Amino acid sequence: MQRRTFVKGLAASSLLALGTTTVAQARSRTMPISNKDTLTGKEFFLTIDYTTVNITGDTAVATTVNGQISGPTLVWQEGDTVTLHVTNKLKKSSSIHWHGIILPPAMDGVPGISFNGIPSGETFTYRFKVRQHGTYWYHSHSGFQEQTGVYGAIVIKPKRKEPFRYNKDYVVQLSDWSDEKPTTIYKKLKQMSDYYNFSQRTIGTFIDEVKEKGFSKAFNDRKMWNQMRMNDGDISDITGYTYTHLMNGQNPSTQFKALFKKGQKIRLRLVNSAAMTFFDVRIPGLKMTVVAADGNHIKPVKVDELRIGVAETYDVIVQPKRNKAYAIFAQSIERSGYAMGSLTPSSTLLARPPKMDPIPKLTMVDMGMDMGAMGKKGGTGMKCSSGMAMPSKKSMKKYKWAAMDAQKYPITKLPMARGVQTTMMAMSPKYRLDDPGVGLRHNGRKVLTYADLKNRYSTKRDRKPDREIVLHLTGNMERYMWSINGIKYADSKPLQFHYGERLRITFINDTMMNHPMHLHGMWSDLETGDDNRLVRKHTVIVQPGSKISYRVTVDAKGSWAYHCHLLYHMGGMFRKVVVS
Amino acid sequence: MRSIKIHCKKSLNDFCKKILLSIFTVVSVSQSTFAAEGDDPLLSMVVMDKFEVLNNNEKTRVWEGSAWFGYDINKLYIYTAGEATADGLESSQNELVYSRAIAPFWDAQIGLAYDKNADASKTWAEVAIAGLAPYYFETRAALLINGDGNVGLRVDAEYEALITQKLILTPSLEADFYTKDDAKLEIGSGLSSVEAGLRLRYEFVREFAPYIGVTWGRTFGNTRNYNAINETNFLVGLRFWF
Repeated sequence: MQRRTFVKGLAASSLLALGTTTVAQARSRTMPISNKDTLTGKEFFLTIDYTTVNITGDTAVATTVNGQISGPTLVWQEGDTVTLHVTNKLKKSSSIHWHGIILPPAMDGVPGISFNGIPSGETFTYRFKVRQHGTYWYHSHSGFQEQTGVYGAIVIKPKRKEPFRYNKDYVVQLSDWSDEKPTTIYKKLKQMSDYYNFSQRTIGTFIDEVKEKGFSKAFNDRKMWNQMRMNDGDISDITGYTYTHLMNGQNPSTQFKALFKKGQKIRLRLVNSAAMTFFDVRIPGLKMTVVAADGNHIKPVKVDELRIGVAETYDVIVQPKRNKAYAIFAQSIERSGYAMGSLTPSSTLLARPPKMDPIPKLTMVDMGMDMGAMGKKGGTGMKCSSGMAMPSKKSMKKYKWAAMDAQKYPITKLPMARGVQTTMMAMSPKYRLDDPGVGLRHNGRKVLTYADLKNRYSTKRDRKPDREIVLHLTGNMERYMWSINGIKYADSKPLQFHYGERLRITFINDTMMNHPMHLHGMWSDLETGDDNRLVRKHTVIVQPGSKISYRVTVDAKGSWAYHCHLLYHMGGMFRKVVVS
Repeated sequence: MRSIKIHCKKSLNDFCKKILLSIFTVVSVSQSTFAAEGDDPLLSMVVMDKFEVLNNNEKTRVWEGSAWFGYDINKLYIYTAGEATADGLESSQNELVYSRAIAPFWDAQIGLAYDKNADASKTWAEVAIAGLAPYYFETRAALLINGDGNVGLRVDAEYEALITQKLILTPSLEADFYTKDDAKLEIGSGLSSVEAGLRLRYEFVREFAPYIGVTWGRTFGNTRNYNAINETNFLVGLRFWF
């Protein structure tokens, strides 16, 4: 895959050299805050239209905002009322959703929930007051238009000075692109759910496993996965087989370039606008100080690497000490490809990509199995003997999340179905906030985990929850069907939230995939171990086989969308929320 | 016999109408307008699992495939398998079934089967179960019932062993049983026939994979009296789907 990406990139750059103007390459986004790709002010004009692009070496038709991928970065000022005129020149209905922005329900841009969508040829005007600051993004909420290019970043300047300093500011927007039509991709996944997965277990890898841990262990291990009809290489549904991973619309060959002068502090606003790809981001040679998550300030934390789930944003500050090009390296979670740019003192000096990490394998922890009981023979509750690769000593240690488990609030029971929709059930889901996740465990680097996220400001005064709901994330990977509580959106009733309440939501992930869950209209105050430092997020990753809880102050009347942000899961793993 | 046939044809028509009606009902009910593309679009798939030539004197051509269209839960399936030589059709088994997902890995199916050889044909009512058994065995078992009181059971299973990500070894096993003899169709009561295969394919892309293989087929009991087979054949073929 690595080679393929390179070849594709090469083709694209030779086109560039020949002077072929294409959307993806014609732009350089070195100075987003002053660049023409950046729109600043109170009134904005955005046009969604078809654009011919060349991202892979072949031309394809994208759907774009103002003719470019990524769309223009919108710079707002906290406290302003912004007006956005969005014209739809597509043949189909379209929309723009302002991801993570707190606004009236009619401005939220979700067809069928907030409004009727923007019909072909028409203009819709959004107008709302900006009540927050930080890094966000926008995207189409119609069909698969987000996959084909309708997304861009939002930077909101704060009213008050921020509690950290920097000299330069860059948006680093990650995304995934395919020359295949999204409907074709979806069809293939329904026909053959592992169509894009070329890192499955083979006889060859079995021999390696036998060498590594002996025949009986390797055999039992494989026997268990096969018995369950589960694939431990099932990390991402869609991979570099069809995806080219982009950074600010640039492929790894054309490269996005962020310029610096030695000693400067650079703020990078990482935004994951991919349809399906989780990225593991690092800048070899530099520590990243994470200062904000999903737009909100956190207590600064220094890391080597962070995983950014689909739709999440992180602000990091880096300080290059040497006059050399550093790679901003974002490898996809399943290691089939990467997005890459250069943090460089000169636009002619490009960084080399580091080697990708090994292809990760899911463990029994990711299946939500009780590792404590695994040691005792036959105590697993699943029909398997033993022999699974133990995840780590760290996650075997007594969970410090007992306090979160002990929290008891009145639970409102929700309808639940266990049928065709679900192939797996997490037997013993755990809070795993200090688990960096599959592929990042014990890699020798300091990797950001949710346990590291602490609100910069005290949340001591926040109300305790009035009640709790439990949502199981469910799916049938074999048939490629996704649902919540075993019920897909089309068959579901809206979730009722009561205006004025403080609601605790606990997710249990009954699948083997990470799901980034996004609640519209209200903040998700994530429990990361300290009730006085609940971190405000708009999108929360629920790791496979794990559970996680957050609190929502239900302060926004109306109808809202609540869903998994993986574009091809969204149709089923979706709920309408009604606040009344 | 003739009346049974006519009856069968009539019921086939009714059955098809019912299936189509139920499918259209499903279409209209499952249409929904929301943020994402409909999660359950009407899709189809055609798979030619076996499309091969045996290395025997007759250069027997063998095919086995299926086609479906429908939704996540409800589908209409056509199965077809058979053999032909230069002289024409040797035998074929064809099925049209309504298939409904009843468990995470399993579909229940109901419909009609139509067997044909050079001299005769037979229509059966059919119920079947198809799906993925533990350890990834692709499995199907079909129970056939004919107006003459003959009951058949056809079971097949297949496993895909990945040698590499693209080189795939597929052992398969198929066995047919009947409760009665049918001389015209050359099937006998009890265990009638067994066929085991081993095919090695290379997936240039998922949809296109040439293969080589070997099959061993044998007839038993009265079937053996009608048509004694006990042969091993090498083969080359092409697996494709779209």
